[in-house]
Amino acid sequence: MAMKTSDDRFNKRVSKELENTFMRGAVSSAQERFQTRRLQQANELGHWEEWRSHGEEIRQHVLANLDYYLYQLSENVANRGGHVYFAKTAEEATSYIQQIAEKKQAKKIVKSKSMVTEEINLNPALEQLGCEVIETDLGEYILQVGDHEPPSHIVVPALHKNKEQIRDIFKEKQGYDKTEKPEELALYVREKLRNEYLTADIGITGCNFAIAESGSITLVTNEGNADLVTALPKTQITVMGMERIVPTFEEMEVLVSLLTRSAVGQKLTSYITTLTGVKDAGDTDGPDEFHLVIVDNGRSAILGGEFQPILQCIRCAACVNACPVYRHVGGHTYGSIYSGPVGVVLSPLLGGYDDFKELPYASTLCGACTDACPVKIPLHQLIHRHRQVIVENEGRAPVSEKLLMKAFGLGASSPTLYKMATKMASPAMSPFTKDNKISNGPGPLKAWTDARDFPAPNKENFRSWFHNRTKGGTE
Amino acid sequence: MAGSIVNRDAFLSNIAKQLGRAPKTQLTKPVWQYQPQDRVLKDATKDELVAVLAKQCKNINTNLIVTTTENLATDLQKVVDYYGGRSVITWQDERFESYGLLPLMQTQWPQADIQLYIWDETQPEENIRQAEKANIGMTISEMTLAESGTAVLFSDKYRGRTVSFLPEKSIILMPKSTIVPRITQAARWMSQKVQNGEHIASCINFITGPSNSADIEMIPVVGVHGPIKATYIVIEDQ
Repeated sequence: MAMKTSDDRFNKRVSKELENTFMRGAVSSAQERFQTRRLQQANELGHWEEWRSHGEEIRQHVLANLDYYLYQLSENVANRGGHVYFAKTAEEATSYIQQIAEKKQAKKIVKSKSMVTEEINLNPALEQLGCEVIETDLGEYILQVGDHEPPSHIVVPALHKNKEQIRDIFKEKQGYDKTEKPEELALYVREKLRNEYLTADIGITGCNFAIAESGSITLVTNEGNADLVTALPKTQITVMGMERIVPTFEEMEVLVSLLTRSAVGQKLTSYITTLTGVKDAGDTDGPDEFHLVIVDNGRSAILGGEFQPILQCIRCAACVNACPVYRHVGGHTYGSIYSGPVGVVLSPLLGGYDDFKELPYASTLCGACTDACPVKIPLHQLIHRHRQVIVENEGRAPVSEKLLMKAFGLGASSPTLYKMATKMASPAMSPFTKDNKISNGPGPLKAWTDARDFPAPNKENFRSWFHNRTKGGTE
Repeated sequence: MAGSIVNRDAFLSNIAKQLGRAPKTQLTKPVWQYQPQDRVLKDATKDELVAVLAKQCKNINTNLIVTTTENLATDLQKVVDYYGGRSVITWQDERFESYGLLPLMQTQWPQADIQLYIWDETQPEENIRQAEKANIGMTISEMTLAESGTAVLFSDKYRGRTVSFLPEKSIILMPKSTIVPRITQAARWMSQKVQNGEHIASCINFITGPSNSADIEMIPVVGVHGPIKATYIVIEDQ
């Protein structure tokens, strides 16, 4: 699956998802749970604002010195017997990984959850070679068995599915014959996947944080799947977005502490694993061969520009869980694997405005995302900046907005036209007005009044009110 | 085996160019303006840290036992029985002897029909086979993090990674001397090792309770790919 997850137009996606009542219920209750837990953990930890500031200063320092730290990382990975491949594009990354799969004559590949491998469309590239690629994160596995559905949340990919739907997917595709109880479903997947780990040729992971000083990669999970993916197959491939790096263990710890609290409201997840190079001499589990693929794929173009702060992101989804728009439309509406406020900012930067120009409008600019972000990315300001770029530099404002602005410009530039327009507003809108409200507006007003009422224009415009007032008229 | 690096120069010069400067080859890490992590459980005694650990274990579905070296064998046996006995896999580790566990492991378990398998660096395939079928995996924490309820484990040829992942139940022995406030202290320890040029384990596990997931309707399920049940045993005088 590439970054783009749908060919439908944005408005169609919105209408479709708004009708998905289960999804909307699931998302709003999940948001509440996530937020409550996050705030509870932040509170328990204490000095949360200082923690956020510390997270921010670490991420900013790393981005400002990214070349230095990537150099150090690659040296240390190679010193521990690993192979480092710097991939400028998604294609370079996937074809390198394809080459490894071919060289290893891999038939079966197990994967732990990784957004960047989704972004570079890795699974189809490997399947094309005849490899069986198996996602091992419970949520990802559900979606994979269910006809490769895209994830709807960065942390909980199958959030939009209920347990009955999940039971039916396994029933239909794999002959599952037990109930929809989550415990039974999880146990079924445990047994099903156990043998896959043991027989896989290659294990592929993402990377939460690479550690430059030691050449290590850190993986954060609750299920323990990343540990089996890296302990059992002989070859390990880790794919990382080039910005996912910290100087030393000390900064890794700070960011992991922020990540687990912000993502799932836990002090630490069940498994935080730091892996360095290939297995040590004499070790009998762990990989004989280790490849680290460092992916640019559009990230360097963001560096040095006004959107650079988005690269501070640690993929916790706290912004997604705080967003009132996500709450109503769910993850699939965004048409990108990156949903919610982070997706709104990142998708157009990595995937271009052609596919994602509507996303910056899927925001109320309320700033809840900015407040939730553990590394202080000014998300709502970046979203606003996207809108400015779309209108001013790209000339891509929606047609109705363009017409409206043009008409306003014309009207406001001539006193006569302005006077006429403000006078005409009320009579012109009277067919649509009831009780001083417009509930079913024409043209550009339609999108607004589809969702809520618009106040009817006042019968008296400001100028005539002022004129009457100076003559002793109504106040 | 020596590693390799491909495409680095062009990749890094492009980053430097985007940042509007020459590639950086020298850098001193700044002194951070904020250091909130040092305040957490700052002046807590070891006893207070054990109390914090005990409280946290309730949040992470983990059973906690506090005992002494003298009573360790008895208490360990209770847990093994509670978990249904059958088979235990563990590391090749001289600490079991100093904890007085050898009579239990080598004599009592065979008598009680509890199979013991000790990780064997000469038997790669057998290790995995045994770990996969063992009922219980037993390991020892190198550093124990009170705040989060976490054991830190280091892999090596005598200490396989999968002992803590493949069996259904996990028992982790925690010498009380290893307890520290939080992950900050473990990270500093690791960083210090790296700076001293010491070798760090190829796999360092920070393990916090049994495996779990909330991927289905956000309903917490304990036990997904790793252990379904976990017990920590704190040894007061070690």
